[in-house]
Amino acid sequence: MKLRNVKASLIGAALAVALLGQSAAAYELTMPSLDYRTGPYAPNGIPFANGYADYLTLLNERDGGIEGATINIVACETAYNTKQGVECYEKTKDVGESGALVYQPLSTGITYQLIPKSSVDEIPIFSMGYGRTSAANGEVFPWVFNFPATYWDQATVFVQYIADQEGGMDKLKGKKIALVYHNSAYGKEPIRTLEVLSEKLGFTLQLLPVDHPGQEQKATWLQVRRERPDWVLMWGWGVMNQVAIKEAASIRFPMDHFIGVWWSGSENDVMPAGEAADGYLSGAFHAAGDGFPVHEDIKKHVYDADKGAGDRDRIGEVLYNRGVVAAMWTTEAIRTGMKIHGTNEVKGTHVRDGFEALNVDEARLNELGFEGFTIPVVVTCQDHAGPQKVALQQWDAKEKKWNMVSKFYDSMADVVDPLVKEDSMAYAKENNITPRTCN
Amino acid sequence: MFYRESGQFKTSYPADQAIFPIAQDRWGLIAVLVVAYGVVPFLIDDYWSNAVLLPFLCYAMAALGLNILVGYCGQISLGTGGFMAVGAYAAYKIMTTFPNLDFIPVVLAAGLITAAVGVLFGLPSLRIKGFYLAVATLAAQFFLVWVFNKFGWFNNYNATGQITAPPASVFGILVTGAHTHPAVTYLFCLSFVALFALVAKNLVRNRVGRSWMAIRDMDIAAEIIGVRPLTTKLSAFAVSSFYVGMAGALYFAVWLGSAEPTEAFGIDQSFLVLFMVIIGGLGSILGSFLGAAFIVLMPILLKNVMVDSLGMAAVTAKHVEILLMGLLIIFFLIVEPHGLARLWQILKEKLRLWPFPY
Repeated sequence: MKLRNVKASLIGAALAVALLGQSAAAYELTMPSLDYRTGPYAPNGIPFANGYADYLTLLNERDGGIEGATINIVACETAYNTKQGVECYEKTKDVGESGALVYQPLSTGITYQLIPKSSVDEIPIFSMGYGRTSAANGEVFPWVFNFPATYWDQATVFVQYIADQEGGMDKLKGKKIALVYHNSAYGKEPIRTLEVLSEKLGFTLQLLPVDHPGQEQKATWLQVRRERPDWVLMWGWGVMNQVAIKEAASIRFPMDHFIGVWWSGSENDVMPAGEAADGYLSGAFHAAGDGFPVHEDIKKHVYDADKGAGDRDRIGEVLYNRGVVAAMWTTEAIRTGMKIHGTNEVKGTHVRDGFEALNVDEARLNELGFEGFTIPVVVTCQDHAGPQKVALQQWDAKEKKWNMVSKFYDSMADVVDPLVKEDSMAYAKENNITPRTCN
Repeated sequence: MFYRESGQFKTSYPADQAIFPIAQDRWGLIAVLVVAYGVVPFLIDDYWSNAVLLPFLCYAMAALGLNILVGYCGQISLGTGGFMAVGAYAAYKIMTTFPNLDFIPVVLAAGLITAAVGVLFGLPSLRIKGFYLAVATLAAQFFLVWVFNKFGWFNNYNATGQITAPPASVFGILVTGAHTHPAVTYLFCLSFVALFALVAKNLVRNRVGRSWMAIRDMDIAAEIIGVRPLTTKLSAFAVSSFYVGMAGALYFAVWLGSAEPTEAFGIDQSFLVLFMVIIGGLGSILGSFLGAAFIVLMPILLKNVMVDSLGMAAVTAKHVEILLMGLLIIFFLIVEPHGLARLWQILKEKLRLWPFPY
């Protein structure tokens, strides 16, 4: 036992020396990864973290990093806990010569904590499709990016989809829509938008909170059974998703009238309910499956070299792909920042400039091996939410795969934009921020 | 040898009744304070402040408060998280209503509001004790968090129910918000904790504290000798909640900066603080600090040793850390059921005789 300890520490020391030697040689891009592979949210945190890490490893292995600068992935375990998230942030922000370049906390709670800190430390946050919705206003939140769409966009898209199924916006009058949500900042995000929509379109909105971690939902679904809403929307995460889908199945709620946010639509969420989950819908902004050129490259350069972060057969899961697409947009932003400033020795401020000039169009997606994988994205100084387009995917329990079943809907700008403006200005006022002007 | 007090004569009552009658303790405390005030502020960075020292100080304050109630007065409470929430939300409402107010009165007012709420939820203690009281305070925990979640007034009708601390200052120096200097927030919390630890130490040595202990040891006997259960129990709830409320205000405004009720003030907070008090030592001021240090700092220490020095993967380190924390808690409770403070006391006894124990 003792000998093993000594061995372990010797290996540790050797590793440290090796790492130090390496970092002295070339400029390294520090990319912290705030993972959660433990706790009640691990089933969702693991595939995302694997996808994120694998894509970065792929760039290192295939291209030698980004424009010649290698990526140093610094993993830190948060357990989806905001306090541990802050500890990880403080621990990783000054690592290496570049310092942390960008954070992807994958937690709305941690994002809220980091928003004020990151603007002081000048490190951008890329809360991809989560976090504070009003951060879409780049004039108030210069350091936060939440493209390709926000929760509020998504809420309006779900209502549009429902209207299409019911036969028009006017048919929504008198319908009942329930929102089953994680009782936290994350789950409460869509409420205000849905309230505005319900007033405008005349449907009744029923709010059903589920407390962390969401393993106990009998009462919630009893209420659904009693009230019989026409549609159920869900803002869930972690074990809450699978429990909700199982409960919905047990009260025989029609699955094709049950729509989850894009964080409630992965294999882990529907598999436990088995056949009964067939037809369940969820939001999406990228495809599922491993049939894209980028997956071939990941298998060839990362997994064949035994450097993969996860299991080879779980490549292509919804959340794995989301990690990949998050890493792709992040690294493209870093690349853009390098091009703007004409150097590959970038810091957080350069990366932020890259985010604000980000333009990943179809042609670039094809180059990167993401043909037909996701939508083109353009981010500007003013607009941090990008295209604001959302599609719906449906679970096919027999084939065990997700299929896109709708077009990419546009968000209802007339509803969302005033709300973003109002909320971001309230934040600016409360925190004495003078909004900058973009030109 | 180190703790031999031979030759230290007390020639006056004040000397005899001093908080630390032994000179070594006095010097030890002075040394700790000198380091805390004179050395740490010059070495501190964001990591040490936000990840290590602020959590320790905030939890130490909460543990002090709970120790008064559980350790000194014998009333078990599982409502700490809820009372911390009261302090945090009180601070938030005061800060947003009076934006230019100095932060010290904000913290004190948050403590006083929490004290009032604590007295209210302490009322059942006049009728029920032990585990039954624990259940009543558990109800307070869930009720308070539910209230803050349910009514938009508490979070100024924020869309997501989050509260964010606006910038506030003490004598013109920022102590909350993102633009603070780590040394400032640290010194601010340290001063609060040090001052109120002294207050607590004196409280438990005077009549009030003795009546709490009388009620704890045997309430019927205490009643017979003239200790009024009503005022005694409620004063314990009030003082304890005052401390916990201030801890909640510091925890939310200075350390976290923003919070949501279910996560920041959930039931696990209540258990965490209760564990600090139990592991640190019931009925001991020093124990509150030792317990907070153990529960807050040990996981960070273990993590840093495993990840940075041994090069373990972050997730493996996390699993091992959870395991080790459990083992350490069990180990310390087996070795010394009366907590770390008692362990320190035994050590002191041993040091007194060392190297010639009889």
